[in-house]
Amino acid sequence: MNKKLADVSTPRISSFVKFQRWFGRNLIRVYMFIAFTYLFIPVAYTFAFSFNDSGKSNLVWKGFTLNNWQNPCGAPEVCNALANSIKIGFLATLFATILGTMIAFAIGRHNFRGRSTSNLLIFLPMATPEIVLGASLLSLFLVLKINPGFWPTVIAHVMFCISFVVVTVKARIASLDPRLEQAAMDLYANEVQTFRRVTLPLVAPGIAGAALLAFSLSFDDFIITNFNSGTVITFPKFVYTAAARGIPAQANVIGSGMFFLALAIVTAGQILNRRKVR
Amino acid sequence: MGKIRTPYLLLLPGFGFLFTFFILPIVNLAQTSTQTPVGGGDTGQYEQTFRFQNYVDAFVENKEQFGRSFVYAIIATFLALAISYPLAYAIAFKSGKYKNFFLVLVVAPFFTSFLLRTVAWKQILGEEGFVVPTLRDLGIISHSTTLTSTAFAVVMGMTYNFLPFMTLPLYASIDRIDPRTLEASGDLYANSFTTFRKVTLPLSMPGVVAGTLLTFIPAAGDYVNASILGSPNTKMIGNVIESRYFKIVDYPTAAALSFTLMAAILILVTLYIRKAGTEELV
Repeated sequence: MNKKLADVSTPRISSFVKFQRWFGRNLIRVYMFIAFTYLFIPVAYTFAFSFNDSGKSNLVWKGFTLNNWQNPCGAPEVCNALANSIKIGFLATLFATILGTMIAFAIGRHNFRGRSTSNLLIFLPMATPEIVLGASLLSLFLVLKINPGFWPTVIAHVMFCISFVVVTVKARIASLDPRLEQAAMDLYANEVQTFRRVTLPLVAPGIAGAALLAFSLSFDDFIITNFNSGTVITFPKFVYTAAARGIPAQANVIGSGMFFLALAIVTAGQILNRRKVR
Repeated sequence: MGKIRTPYLLLLPGFGFLFTFFILPIVNLAQTSTQTPVGGGDTGQYEQTFRFQNYVDAFVENKEQFGRSFVYAIIATFLALAISYPLAYAIAFKSGKYKNFFLVLVVAPFFTSFLLRTVAWKQILGEEGFVVPTLRDLGIISHSTTLTSTAFAVVMGMTYNFLPFMTLPLYASIDRIDPRTLEASGDLYANSFTTFRKVTLPLSMPGVVAGTLLTFIPAAGDYVNASILGSPNTKMIGNVIESRYFKIVDYPTAAALSFTLMAAILILVTLYIRKAGTEELV
């Protein structure tokens, strides 16, 4: 009896030691696994509950259905809110990218009096809490007797997106090799030609990245939007209002859809980038 | 001549916009903060009387929420740093050719709406989720304990929601460290802990400073986590400002609170940057 126990337990101990050694060597991998699990829990939950046959309140699992995905506008207001968010995001991205890129070129390419003040003016909106940005802009609109709504929201979004565009594009400009532009000039390109044929194409990925960042910041913004949008419902506002009584599964469908769309865009960008490097 | 003007022409439209919709509103907010209600006027009508006592009143009345905002934001920032540092380190040094893949994984969860993720946590940690019953069955928490509507849930939500603001700057500065400096440290008989303390950590300080600021500032002004995951006992200063604006229509108090919040954050941030000794943030 005793002998048998010993026979069985020896390999057990050694497999425990093996596990301990494996754990020690792979500690960092184990940690990464746990950290990424933590990061993805709410995403997985949102995705799973987009298939819930839930009726009105999507709190408890009631069975699998594809209805929500086949009919994403089924819940009242949800697609209207989504359309508003896309419109606002598109307009805000357009204006913020143009204004921000111009500032980035001024700061990144020129030495002029007031350059450090300019840097400060770009940094300040990023260092101000959103609630202060939202509240102060609303108080200006109230003084000017402008009612909060669609355009005030677009203005608010352009305002807080500009700084992020400037920082992103400026980083790209700083990483350019100045010899490329010198080479173009040596080959008798004038300033405008150099800018159009050399500088701009090289900075373009930075501008595209900045535009994507601006759109996602705008699309996801709640606090500033809540202050300046009045009765206009955006997607985050819809979720916030619906949260008290449980959000409809259609919101999960839209959230998951955005997730996969963004993932596809980023992956495509990575592949494009890799091809260019080769 | 034209060359000197070029940068100013490029700056003009953007800075004109920022002046009108960022600087002017802040100035206007400062004006609003010292106003008092018009005698016999409707709700929401105020006149300028330069009543600086508004600040004292607003602060005294809401010092609890102020304290909570800063305590919650500081704890959330520390937790985010503790979670992000090893993760950023692992991505920068231990993931070889999968670096970009893992970076995308860090950002990807944040493509689902911020509000949806917060609501998801509320439901996961709530009575009908799977966490609370499991913990109760295991006897880790008592049957009357809940996880939502607590300070724990609010801090957890903030930690989660602002995590990429911590991980990305940390990754950027750790990734820039030349691995040969770590080898050199090892060659000079430093053990791995000493190498981390004397080489890796100091070299990654710009990332630590940037990450903690990018997490702390939005966390201190946040009210979404507190209102979705919290209860009336976890209200933060953001909740107060929001309700002063929309429910009570008390613009001067809301403005005074916003200003106090901004000033407090600016002072803390300045002290912190001095202490950390990196001024090349901007």
